[in-house]
Amino acid sequence: MTRPAAILALLLALLSAPAMAALDASEMLADPALEARARALAKGLRCVVCQNQSIDDSGADLARDLRRSLRARLLAGDSDEEALAYLTHRYGDYVLLDPPLKPATWALWFAPAGFAVLALLLVVRYFRRRE
Amino acid sequence: MRRLLFLLPLAVFAALAAWLYIGLGGDPARIPSPLVGRTAPAFAVDGLATADLEGPALVNIFASWCVPCRAEHPLLTHLAEKEGVAIYGIAYKDKPENANAFLAELGNPYRRVGYDRDGQAGVEWGVTGVPETFVLDAGSVVVFKHTGPLTPDTVRRDLLPALGR
Amino acid sequence: MTAELGHFALALALGLALLQAVLPLYGAARGRQALMDLARHTALGQFILAAIAFGALTRAYVFSDFSVSAVAQNSHSLKPLLYRLTGVWGNHEGSLLLWILILTLFGAMVAVFGSGLRKTLQVRVLAVQAMIGSGFLAFTLLTSNPFARVWPPPLDGAGLNPLLQDPGLAFHPPLLYFGYVGLSVAFSFAVAALIEGRVDRAWARWVRPWTLAAWAGLTAGIALGSWWAYYELGWGGFWFWDPVENASFMPWLAATALLHSAIAAERRQALRSWTVLLAILAFSLSLLGAFLVRSGVLTSVHAFATDPERGVFILLLLGIATGGAFALYAWRAPALGAGVPFRPVSREGALVLNNLVLVTACATVLLGTLYPLFLDALDAGKVSVGPPYFAATFVPLVAPALVAMAVGPMLAWKRGDLAGALGRLWLAALGAALAAGAALAYGETMAALGLGAAAWIGLGALVEWAERLRLGRAPAGEVWRRARAIPRAAWGGGLAHLGVAVVVAGITASQCFQSELILAMKPGDSARIAGYTIRYDGTARVEGPNYRADRATLSVLRNGAPAAVLAPERRFYPVERQHTTEAAIRTTFLADLYAVIGEDDAQAGRTVRLYHNPLVPWIWIGAIVMALGALVSLSDRRLRLAAPRRRQQPAAS
Repeated sequence: MTRPAAILALLLALLSAPAMAALDASEMLADPALEARARALAKGLRCVVCQNQSIDDSGADLARDLRRSLRARLLAGDSDEEALAYLTHRYGDYVLLDPPLKPATWALWFAPAGFAVLALLLVVRYFRRRE
Repeated sequence: MRRLLFLLPLAVFAALAAWLYIGLGGDPARIPSPLVGRTAPAFAVDGLATADLEGPALVNIFASWCVPCRAEHPLLTHLAEKEGVAIYGIAYKDKPENANAFLAELGNPYRRVGYDRDGQAGVEWGVTGVPETFVLDAGSVVVFKHTGPLTPDTVRRDLLPALGR
Repeated sequence: MTAELGHFALALALGLALLQAVLPLYGAARGRQALMDLARHTALGQFILAAIAFGALTRAYVFSDFSVSAVAQNSHSLKPLLYRLTGVWGNHEGSLLLWILILTLFGAMVAVFGSGLRKTLQVRVLAVQAMIGSGFLAFTLLTSNPFARVWPPPLDGAGLNPLLQDPGLAFHPPLLYFGYVGLSVAFSFAVAALIEGRVDRAWARWVRPWTLAAWAGLTAGIALGSWWAYYELGWGGFWFWDPVENASFMPWLAATALLHSAIAAERRQALRSWTVLLAILAFSLSLLGAFLVRSGVLTSVHAFATDPERGVFILLLLGIATGGAFALYAWRAPALGAGVPFRPVSREGALVLNNLVLVTACATVLLGTLYPLFLDALDAGKVSVGPPYFAATFVPLVAPALVAMAVGPMLAWKRGDLAGALGRLWLAALGAALAAGAALAYGETMAALGLGAAAWIGLGALVEWAERLRLGRAPAGEVWRRARAIPRAAWGGGLAHLGVAVVVAGITASQCFQSELILAMKPGDSARIAGYTIRYDGTARVEGPNYRADRATLSVLRNGAPAAVLAPERRFYPVERQHTTEAAIRTTFLADLYAVIGEDDAQAGRTVRLYHNPLVPWIWIGAIVMALGALVSLSDRRLRLAAPRRRQQPAAS
């Protein structure tokens, strides 16, 4: 299938679903401590169909489903790690807004420090040469 | 050494541009499924549960409200009737009566249909939209996932080989 | 007919641009006066033609001429006039035309104001500018013709995404493009200097005002975009490290570095080849941004409808412009030579630190933005790089620059006295300690760091002014005399630093001290947030010009007395079949009370989200102060665009 067709299909799929608002009061858990954990976790999870919003912020249907699943896991007694693992098991690391440290992300996480060291070295070299 | 340093911006840029060019061929909306390589996830909805799935087979997520699902429906019918492929359907976020009306209108290519009213089975399958199609092998391990409506092209190139044909 | 006129004007502009890209360069190399003079006329001609094309497209939108495909796809006859106007640039084709209009405007400005420049330099700048122009004109005409017709014309248009039907967003693209495209002038100056093999004081003095103007536009544009996101997207956030936001932030970081290094290049002849590199980099990042937004390599809430063919074209443009400039740089820059040497602790040293931090931070943003793309290209899995990554990397990287910001302007050129500078900043240190202590009393370590930095930078800027004026140590008359004698550029720089302090305070406080309440309310219910009582009085159905809305009435009470009424809406736009949320905001400039409504449930009531965001308006106030600082600098006698010409006139007469 061609790219434009795929995008169109995705758009149609999204459009046909009714639009909702972000986190609804009815979704929230009665236990404030549990709800606070759910909120914190939800802010770090990507709404996979809206690309750049967390599921906590998003009004998309799928975000609502993920919020509900997340809360169901926490109610069932999952730890934060277990609840996140439940979602990454199904949606992949893509669902995490905070990319986990793994061989494929070493460059991502270590390069900024590398940039800073490289820049420092260049500056030191600049002053050395000048003397 | 000093001259090399002045070449650095050009070298970095060249690498970046090459990478961007490769990136142009990719599809940002494509999300690989972590389910591939694992057995079918545990789920149970009205009419269908994990134990019902007998591979090799397709699991097709559809909905009566989904326009592209209509587009791919003839292909599913063809696969079921002409190729003898076992297809399980999950009606995603759909009322059973609407899903049944959809199948009555267009024909029912599914061996069994599950009714996932609130989309919880969809979460188990890592569904991001409808339609989506999973290929299970004889051991009910997910070997391929397709997002979006099927086309003759994907069926020939990806689906049938994944089914071992 | 108007559409064809616009199309024809664009084609003519391309012809002029091609002429201007080639002939004047030849003229400058061979000393042919007539060919060099051509550049000024073609630059003005290009601008006039682009303005005609833009006018033609605008006319098609205003009069809803749906036989023009872009109008049919993006406009609607029921849309209010303002949004029919802003709809011109609310889509790929029209925004490209806006980009060209601004690009040719800058070219015309170089032609008009640049007559005080060395002739060969001015002509070469115009030629490079025309090369960029040719690229964009060809791109528009070949892949994205805004004047393409449809037949038969539809009865009405498809409408504009309701999220974009908003006054804040109406003026976001023009400002942003003014910034992006303004950087093209710095780029053209850099390439022209490399062709000439000469970067002198006059060059640096000419680059600064163009960069300042572009930077002011970019700063204001980014701020306006984030303000729009804050009130329109409906969850009170203002910056999401979205790829498209990053695409505008990277040129801003590079341009900020360029502004600072150009000071060293102008005043001390230092960092010259580095300044040239930054000038190339800043505009290249603008081009990269255009590529990211328009090519479809990434998806974003802000991205235009995309097409891979366009992506290849922009990548080609980027490759020619940036690749060519970097190749020229590798060839010619080593011969530029070093300037006056300086010690690490000196004004130049501080500017180097600034550049080091900004460029490292920019590289990090670039990496984070493109990394998912890299992994995807390698088929190495798909990751998301979201706000947590940037918070963990960007923030610590820029922290040293925030500390150094107050100290740098206190250091002397060539060899500075760090202990002396720190000693004179005792007041700022005291203020920072007090602010940090107050935040710590609330148990917020991050707030302590952020507010401490804000106080340090803000007071540092004030102390620097006081030092220059000898405030409190000299009689009032002398202070006044000194105030008038200080160059505007110094006032502007201080003002911009003050703006940064205000932004840092706003970001810190709104992140650390936000209160939030999400609850279901029935008419008559009350809720308390941050000392206010909010009473839900009910929801009414209202009709807008092209939408229907549920409008809630929320009475804000302070100590039992009515203080304000908030009226958030949920709108439905039938043409586009889309819902939007309209937040209601009550601001005191020290804090915002922010309300949005969600679904109505028959039993539980309507979901109401309430936020109290302390100091959040400071983010945008600070950005305005920063942009004002740039404008004040721009009015400096030495930097004024036409100044060298004016100085030349008496000599000529």
